[in-house]
Amino acid sequence: MMIFVVMMAFLFALSLGSHVADLHAALPGILWMAFLFAGMIGMGKTFANEVREEALTGLILAPGDKIAIYLAKLTGAFVFMVLIEIVSTPLFLEVFQVPWRGPWTLWLLILALGAAGFVEVGTLLSTMSVHTSSGDLILTMLLLPLEIPVMIMTVQATRDLLTLTRAGFWLWIHGLIAYDAIFWVLPLMLYDYVWEV
Amino acid sequence: MAKEITGPILRALTLCKTIGAHAVLREVSFSMERGSGLAIMGPNGAGKSTLLKVLSGLWAPSGGELWRFGRRIGDETSSDQRVVLLGHHSFLYPSLTAFENLLFYAHLWGLRKARQRVVEVLRQVDLLWAQNDLLQTFSRGMVQRAALARVLLADAQLLLLDEPYTGLDGAGRQLLDRILGDQKRTGRSFILASHDEDDVMRVADAVALLVGGRMVWWSYTDKLRPEQLQRVCRGDYDKEGA
Repeated sequence: MMIFVVMMAFLFALSLGSHVADLHAALPGILWMAFLFAGMIGMGKTFANEVREEALTGLILAPGDKIAIYLAKLTGAFVFMVLIEIVSTPLFLEVFQVPWRGPWTLWLLILALGAAGFVEVGTLLSTMSVHTSSGDLILTMLLLPLEIPVMIMTVQATRDLLTLTRAGFWLWIHGLIAYDAIFWVLPLMLYDYVWEV
Repeated sequence: MAKEITGPILRALTLCKTIGAHAVLREVSFSMERGSGLAIMGPNGAGKSTLLKVLSGLWAPSGGELWRFGRRIGDETSSDQRVVLLGHHSFLYPSLTAFENLLFYAHLWGLRKARQRVVEVLRQVDLLWAQNDLLQTFSRGMVQRAALARVLLADAQLLLLDEPYTGLDGAGRQLLDRILGDQKRTGRSFILASHDEDDVMRVADAVALLVGGRMVWWSYTDKLRPEQLQRVCRGDYDKEGA
């Protein structure tokens, strides 16, 4: 995943040339596109360890609330995604010749909310597709449309942070919080049913 | 059919399971007493595995009543440490060793003296010598023994075994016979799905035939001759009215 993100940074920077204005304008979109596709590679592997010998069934039959399995997978995916973002964002800024702007706490906020939105939807869909024969296809087909709102809001918030447009920035952040909240609650309501899909 | 095998440990009343538009189980009724072994036989697609999944709590029934240990299971899925399922797969992680896999489940089930218990069950299935080998390096028979160790780990009251003899060699089959005998002697029960009449006659107290999701016939094995069971499995169950 990390190699993919680094490759995206260098390929797009090279193809856009040395026009600083072009590089600055393109950065938010390319940054989040790299995270989206890197995250999709990771999401396809969410239950890879459980598939071959159906270990997931053993986990489901263990005592305790089944939601713990989802939350554990979600936490793992979130931590992994945030780590990739934290490592690669400075690299993107450097390669795209964009000066660091805005407090680091606001950068962390965007990265965390964007990662949460992505992995919440991704983990839910991974769970639903794990027992289906064409799971990877279903995951890709459903994940991309559902991630469109997250991508729009994170790209806009990143752009506003880079241009120091505070009013617009908070609007997108509130939108992200609402989206994340919806996909935090939805799996908690659906999860018992999801296992039998 | 609602014939009693007696006892309160498990009771199914007109149990149904529908997957999509397909009725896989149709009004299956039976009950089981403590310390007994029931074999479920039937052709491929009869619903044996589905029945075990519903009884284990993995899948919720679509209709009817299911009682386990005196408690009614509703239309939700439910796990219970007193019931364990051995499926077509081992439910273990190929990238972990046999010991690590069992220790993981021991912790998951909150067992005390987990390491000691893991060693005990590995010894019981004669797999202690391979405890530090990765599961992905195991033969099919060894994986089945490891899966059996997982099932025995929790010291459950009811074992649900889906074709448990699959992959086992002669020694493995004898080992499983012995384990199932011990289970009954210690007051535990089991239900096994099998295609093999010899296995069933050796270990089970009662045998039931599932055809098209319906339990169409059952009998105690001590009142049954092997050739009768063979005729029943070939489809002549109407003439063998047990």
